[in-house]
Amino acid sequence: MISAHLPALQVALPLIAAPLMVLVRRGGIAYGMMLAVAWISLLISLLLAQQVADHGPISYHLGSWAPPWGIEYRVDALSAFVLVLVSLAAAAVVPYSRRSVEAEVSREQHYLFYAMFALCLTGLLGITITGDAFNIFVFLEVSSLSTYVLIALGRDRRALTAAYQYLIMGTIGATFIVIGVGLLYLMTGSLNLVDIAQRLPDVAERRPVLAALAFLTVGISLKLALFPLHLWLPNAYTYAPSSISAFLAATATKVSVYVLIRFYYSVFGETLVFKELPVPLVLLALSLAAMFIASFAALYQENLKRLFAYSSVAQIGYITLGLSLDSVGGLSAAIVHLFNHALAKGALFMLLGGIMLRTGGVSLHCVCGLARRMPLTTFGIVIAGLSLIGVPGTAGFVSKWALITAALEAGLWWLVLLIVASSLLAVAYVWRFVEAAYLRAPAPEATEKIEAPWSMLVPAWVLVALSVYLGFDTRFTLGGATRAAQMLFGAGG
Amino acid sequence: MSAAGHFAYWVTIFLLMAGLYILIARGNLIKKLVGMSIFQTSVYLLYIAPGKLIGGTAPIFAEQFKVYSNPLPHVLILTAIVVGVATLALGLALVVRIREAYDTIEEDEILALDDKLEREKE
Amino acid sequence: MKHYLVLRVIAKLLIPFMLLFALYVQFHGDFGPGGGFQAGTIAAAAVIFYALIYGLPNARKVMPSWLVEAMIASGVLLYAGVGIAGILLGGNFLDYFVLSADPVAGQHRGIFWVEAGVAITVSGVMLKVFYMFAGRGRDEAE
Repeated sequence: MISAHLPALQVALPLIAAPLMVLVRRGGIAYGMMLAVAWISLLISLLLAQQVADHGPISYHLGSWAPPWGIEYRVDALSAFVLVLVSLAAAAVVPYSRRSVEAEVSREQHYLFYAMFALCLTGLLGITITGDAFNIFVFLEVSSLSTYVLIALGRDRRALTAAYQYLIMGTIGATFIVIGVGLLYLMTGSLNLVDIAQRLPDVAERRPVLAALAFLTVGISLKLALFPLHLWLPNAYTYAPSSISAFLAATATKVSVYVLIRFYYSVFGETLVFKELPVPLVLLALSLAAMFIASFAALYQENLKRLFAYSSVAQIGYITLGLSLDSVGGLSAAIVHLFNHALAKGALFMLLGGIMLRTGGVSLHCVCGLARRMPLTTFGIVIAGLSLIGVPGTAGFVSKWALITAALEAGLWWLVLLIVASSLLAVAYVWRFVEAAYLRAPAPEATEKIEAPWSMLVPAWVLVALSVYLGFDTRFTLGGATRAAQMLFGAGG
Repeated sequence: MSAAGHFAYWVTIFLLMAGLYILIARGNLIKKLVGMSIFQTSVYLLYIAPGKLIGGTAPIFAEQFKVYSNPLPHVLILTAIVVGVATLALGLALVVRIREAYDTIEEDEILALDDKLEREKE
Repeated sequence: MKHYLVLRVIAKLLIPFMLLFALYVQFHGDFGPGGGFQAGTIAAAAVIFYALIYGLPNARKVMPSWLVEAMIASGVLLYAGVGIAGILLGGNFLDYFVLSADPVAGQHRGIFWVEAGVAITVSGVMLKVFYMFAGRGRDEAE
């Protein structure tokens, strides 16, 4: 009986946990609840993915009101894939947070931290699972507002300005999204995504629909930090508490990419967006700019968190590049890169949090000679870095390879050269860490081993190990992404 | 429809642009939030205005009424208003904390303070 | 504030009516404009009005901070609880039809509890926001 209600429970569980945490007011109990919620969420999302793979898309009617009147939760190949990604990131980050939160957040705020974390998870899962356009906005704001609070909990006072900046940019983005949804509602009279898609071809007046597309594109691009709308991202990732940097790096922008794909393929349709409008050209140009400019910016950063934040902007460029190719291959490369990049970035930020805990900073001079003092942490960063570059044997290679294949399919051989060239930039910025950690001598007085605590190392290494494992076994990632892409093209074409 | 028939949309666009302009052009963090509120308010109008039918009443069935306004935009905007209030409260709370940490709420002064700190470190 | 006798007397007279009006808006939500959001805000406004006239410490004696925080949480829980009740009674999440033998009565019962949850949370949040801003810089001094 319970299996029929999994879509509702996926969202309701963290939503119920958050107020309970506020009621108990104990950091320790709140942590235990959050841990349980994150792991049960992962279990639910895996079960949902299994159900979708076996029986096709699931549609759950909230309050038993049939769509398009009621709100529908809809799980298909793509949303199941993203649900697994989000809940996997939460399941890895929560056990990690215990030590890092104790070090970075004052004790009486612990239960609020976990309550906010639960709300953030609710929002991200809700965006992914809902089939209602306005509901997407509501969940987007649930996750965004809790994210602003979580970022502001960082120790540095610049966390406050980073959170403020993110709040302003994020609200502009969200408001653009509501305007887009509003225009769609005015033209079609429906808020259900499937229903809008069915009614759109009959709309005689094209201009408001195109305006809606433009508003949604800009709004979502702000949220997913598409170059040049990425300005909020480096500061937010740099000054947030370590576990939040890791969770956001793994999920927030990825879920926004999901929303973009959803609107492009399931609502407006591939023909309108990619064939009739110059969207692919714009996306291609911006993606290339992100890949190169953000990578160059990463080369000049002293703060490692900021370095990898810029690298995130560059990596999002690869994802949107896959989108712009407008083929099953390109789309599945984009979706698989969502997953692989989330794993690598999540692991990187978690390991950086360990360095932060032990040495008090993450600037490049802090990590001099750190390979001798924190061997497991530094080695983990190197492996995750290799996955960022796309070295064979890591998950990053799988997605880069898929991207290159898709580019060749489209006959864009120069694009392959550019992808390889920007990967060389990734080599350069990862090398800066390797050089400092392995080749430079540590300060003479600091020689004792200061390896990060196990509770932080193990979750990070699970993600690192997954990054390597998924470089060989691509059944779930590439297989799932390809199924999702085929489904989207089947529905749109 | 004539330009006058689109009156609500003109107001919406004016508020939208005015809010966005304040948001971008002002360096004072509170003024930015004011701009943000105006910006969000324009969206409320965008939703509500088309939902109103002249002569229509609240959609509660009764003998004497034949024309009803669409209630759905109101419900949606009630949600959006709540979101807007929450965002504004959070933004103001952040400004209070920023003022305590930096002793100023001017964006350029905050940036200058951060830059100074960065240079002193090196 | 001690000297403004008129304000203090009028406040004492008005506050019961404000709370009553909040209840009216809350329960009128079934038949006309009204509902939990508005009612919660009006109820919170009554307490905020009290705080403005009689001072924040007095208001905190009436509505302590822990109570406000508990209100925020319990309202959401009440809402979610209605949703879970729908599942337990054999319907979907937030299914009001199954809350009573008669589906229409079930809808009535469901929206009643949901609106109650909304009102509790909204007034809690409003008060929390007010306490946070008004108490800032004052708590440390005390």
